[in-house]
Formats: sequence, C-alpha cells, structure tokens
Amino acid sequence: MIIGKGKSIKNILAMIENHSKIIVAGCRGCVTVCSAGGEKEVGILSAALSLGREKDGKPIEIKEVTLERQCDPEYLESIRSFVDEYEAVVSIACGAGVQFLAEKFRKIPLYPGIDTNFIGVTETQGVWTERCQACGDCKLHLTGGICPISRCAKSLFNGPCGGSSKGKCEVNPEVDCGWQLIYDRLKELGKLDQLEIIIPINDWSTSRDGGPRKIIREDLTL
Amino acid sequence: MTSDSRLEKILSQGDFAVTSECGPPRGADPEIIRKKGTLIKDFVDAINVTDNQTSVVRMSSFSSCVILKQMGINPVLQMVTRDRNRIAIQSDILGAAALGINNILCLSGDHQKFGDHAKAKNVYDLDSIHLIQTVKQMRDEGKFLGGDDIKGKPRFFIGAAANPFADPFEFRVIRLAKKVAAGAQFIQTQCIYNLDRFKEWMQLVRDRGLHEKVHILGGVTPMKSLGMANYMKKMVPGMDVPDELIARIKGVPKEKQAEEGIKMCVETIQHLREIEGVHGVHIMAIEWEEMVPHIVQNAGLLPRPKIE
Amino acid sequence: MRLSYPPNIKIIQVPCTGKVDVLYLLKSFQRGADGVYVAGCMEGNCHYLTGNLRARKRVEYTKKILDEIGIGGERLEMYNMSAAQGPRFVEIANEMTERIKKLGPNPIKLFAATKSEEGAQKEKEECFV
Repeated sequence: MIIGKGKSIKNILAMIENHSKIIVAGCRGCVTVCSAGGEKEVGILSAALSLGREKDGKPIEIKEVTLERQCDPEYLESIRSFVDEYEAVVSIACGAGVQFLAEKFRKIPLYPGIDTNFIGVTETQGVWTERCQACGDCKLHLTGGICPISRCAKSLFNGPCGGSSKGKCEVNPEVDCGWQLIYDRLKELGKLDQLEIIIPINDWSTSRDGGPRKIIREDLTL
Repeated sequence: MTSDSRLEKILSQGDFAVTSECGPPRGADPEIIRKKGTLIKDFVDAINVTDNQTSVVRMSSFSSCVILKQMGINPVLQMVTRDRNRIAIQSDILGAAALGINNILCLSGDHQKFGDHAKAKNVYDLDSIHLIQTVKQMRDEGKFLGGDDIKGKPRFFIGAAANPFADPFEFRVIRLAKKVAAGAQFIQTQCIYNLDRFKEWMQLVRDRGLHEKVHILGGVTPMKSLGMANYMKKMVPGMDVPDELIARIKGVPKEKQAEEGIKMCVETIQHLREIEGVHGVHIMAIEWEEMVPHIVQNAGLLPRPKIE
Repeated sequence: MRLSYPPNIKIIQVPCTGKVDVLYLLKSFQRGADGVYVAGCMEGNCHYLTGNLRARKRVEYTKKILDEIGIGGERLEMYNMSAAQGPRFVEIANEMTERIKKLGPNPIKLFAATKSEEGAQKEKEECFV
C-alpha cells in the first residue's frame, strides 16, 4: 500500500495560519492501514490543531471527515454539499488524494497533512518498509521476487556493489543489501545460475523519468 | 590492441604493471594535480584519477585526466554512474577519447549519502556492468546505445573494480565473470590487507579461467598510522583488515608506524607478484602520493619496462 | 488506607491503561485540564499483558504533540504502580500536583478566561486517568 507519515503539527499550523474554519479530511484507504490518515488520525490531528490555536488565542473551527477514498471521484462528492462553507481543507490522504481534492474543488485551498513516502508493506506493527518504485516494467521474475530498483540503494541491476557488507547496505547498516537478499533467495530456489546472466540496461521511459503516466483500459472505459 | 594505452601494451607483453592514483583537489587549482602527477609519473604505467570519490565534490576526473595527459602522463579516467545518465556518459566517453585519454575504469560509485551533498538526486541510469558494455559497444561496434552509428569510434582499454572482501564472498567471482563478459580487460581490486582471503579469491578466479581473460591488478594502500588502520577496519564497508596487521602497527612506536606501514605495503606487493593470475599492482596512497616512488622502488619494480 | 491526596484530582477509571487513546489525552487538555497523568500497573504485571506498555508509548507520543503545539509535554505523565501501593498513589498525586502548580494553568485558559465565567472556576483541575 501507499505509506505516509504525518507532517509535524507545527508545519500544518503554519499552513492554516490565516484560516479560522477548516475541514480535516482523512481516507479509509492506505493511510488508515499505516495509521497516518484514517479516522483516528483525523481526530488526533484536529484535537492537536485546536489546542494549538486556542493556546494562541486564535480558535479554529474544524470539521472532521473521513472519506472512503480520496482517489476515486465518486467518493469526493460526499463533501461537495458543505465544502464551500470552509476556508481550507487539510487532507491527510496520500499525495494523490490531496491533489484529486484540489482538482475537484477549485475554490478552496488544499493543504497536505502528511508526507507520502513510498509503496510498501507492514513488516510488523508500526514498521513499514519500501518495496516498489512503480517503474512500470516489472522484473521481479529475474531477481527471485526482490526488486533491485527499490531495495538496492543504487538501483543496480547487476549488484551487489563493493560496499555490501555482512548482508547490509553501505548506506545504512540497518538496511539489508538488496542484492544479498536476491542472492539468498535465488540460492534457496536453486537458481543461482540466473545471476550469471547480465540484466540489460533499463528502459526508464516507463517510470517517472518518462513523464507523468497514464493507463487506459479500453475494455473498461464507458 | 584495442587502444593506444601504454597500460594495455605493458600487460599484453606480459610485464607486471604498476598503476597508482591521484585525488583531485577540492578547488579549481590545476597545479595540485600537476604536482601529484610529477611526483609519480616516472614510477608507474598509468595514473587513475578518482571521480568525486565518496561523493565528495572535487575537480572532475575528466578534467584532471586532461591536465595529466598534457604533461605526457597516461591517465585512467574513473567514471561513476552515480552522477550522470547514459547521454552524458557517452558524451564524456567521446570527449575523453578526443583528448587522448585511453584508459577508463567503470564504476557505480559510492552512494551520495557518504559525501558532502547527501541531499542530491542520484542517477544510476546504468550500473558499472552496463557502463563496461557501453564503452565496449562504442569502441567495437561503433554504435551508440540508442543504435545510431558513431562517426569516429573511441578507443579505450576498459577496466573495472573488484572487491574480493565484500559480501557475499561466493558471489564476488561470479560478478567478476559478469564484468569480464561485459568487456572488462583489466581489474583493479580494493586494497588488500588479508592476503589469505585474497589468495582464496584468486583460486576461485583461476578455477573459472578468468585470469586468462582479464588482467588483475591487486590494490594496495600503505597504512600511515594505527589510527588509520583502525579507521579502515571499522568504518569502511567492504574492507578487511586482519587483527594481526593492527597488532603489528600497534607494536611499533608512533613515529615508526608510517615506516612500518610502508614496509607492510612493499611486502604485500612482493607476495602479489608470486600469485598466479595477478598481473600488476594498483597503489592507492591516499593523500600520501609522495610515498609511491619509494614503494615502487623498494618493491623492486623499477625501472618500468619499455614498450616492445 | 484512609490516606488523603490533593482534591484537585479527577479520577477516570479504565479497565486497563491500554484503553487510553492519544485522543482522550488531547481532549482532556481541550476541556481545560491543567495536567493529566496515566497510572498503570507495574510493567510485566499487566493483566492484559501489554496494555500498560502501549499506554506508555501513547503517552510519549502525546507528549511530543503537546510540546509541538506549545501546551508542554511536561503536563502529561505516565506512572506505574500496583493497586496495593496506596502511599505511592498519594506520592504521585502530590508530585504531579506540585509540578502542575509550577507550570501554571493550561495555556488555553489564558485566552478562554476572558470568554466565560465557567472557565475561571475550572482552575487547577487535574485529570487522573
């Protein structure tokens, strides 16, 4: 899922400085699962912002809403009836949600309440790690199901580099060397010979480098 | 010959090659490179210039190589893929060749986190193996990666790095084989302190017949002090400094430690000359370039051979 | 034990401090509490095994929020004690009361006091959860 983490309250207070009536909008999608932008987090953020503003003698009215998702247009409509009564929206959905709200509600400023970090997984409760960089050309079949782009700090296709030490990345001793993981996995699968083949130079045009991307499924369009 | 490189000729005629390196300055003063070049030029067959090593911004390897070339020295252009994409890389390869540089060492490069610009975007459009393939394709097929013809093929003696001391150990030789398959003609290894482990690695190299396909130059770095020895042991990833070495330096008074470090370096070179498949030595005397003549002399590597 | 503790403490009972949410702590301050403390069982003795450990983590998290918004994390604290430790209960009650007295009233009351009389009567109210 998409993993994010709340911005500092100070940061958000600075964004809403000149507003006295705002909506804090959460999302029941990914950000709920990673406890960054769900209903609970909407409550906590709203309480914190209220307290912070009251303390400065500038109380703020906050409407708390949690949308099913902020990335599908139908769900955004649920706030259309009252959004004009407010001066700003702080969305704690991922960057896609914040932007989509901004697109659909043209007259109201949209502020991001979280930083969107990566596509990843829950390792254990409270710990999330990156797995996918959305390169648009998945090669996981070549590397035992472990991605060299996202799990190698240098995105090497024929790693590991000379800085791999005791299974850890030179960049951070707590980070596993992606290529050590690939090596171990292919060894477990009895497919080490796959590593003798040079994985060719990548076509990055399918990833962000190629420009903003779009997928159209003709079989699904109305 | 695939290039006009002296290094290539020396290795082809079966002589034990000697290379060393210069670290460029953190400023625009060319004299610094000229001085370093002058110090070591008569003692080596080629001089590497590092490329923003450890991601610390320095005068570029490219420009430093040009300065050395103008002095009649044979430079080895070190090129990392961290900072430039395939367009800039191919462009620099053409430019370097045009300026008479004919040795290139293909590297991925230390991650920018180590340097003074940790907030930079990194590139890594290609990895080191892709870079080797690129130079080879440009040289032998005369084609750009995109497929168009090159008018005026660059000629390069292609090198790569190898680290017999990084993990996973069993995989290191396979990765070397990949580099050779990609087109690497010479290898400079990470500095060797653990001779036993290096010998093990060389055995694996010979088992695969790689010693006959690529020229391996063993890397050596003289220890200046106990402090340096400890630093290298603990703080540098992929470095193997055995305890006996630390003990040996420790056992000598502080004023004598540098001398002992040089002695150990010379001994290592002498051991390397005995190992089958090692065709040369790469002396990395970081910020201690003035000791290179001394080391080369004491290791019995003078005079440097003539080209036949 | 018939020990007495300061009268400005309002006790809110929960079956386990694991039930205490970051939101309850923030809302206590929103409602004018000058200080809040969470009293949980001794670590290792939680009937629900880790409830008090979670409470501690949430208290730490909330303290950071309180610092960031300028209310002050020192107004919130987590204590561990067993149900049998009457004297310790009193000790903590006094300790926390003293701390809050020194810190003064909840900063939101400095502005709210001008708005309503009820606000003025809520001086020195503490919550003991």
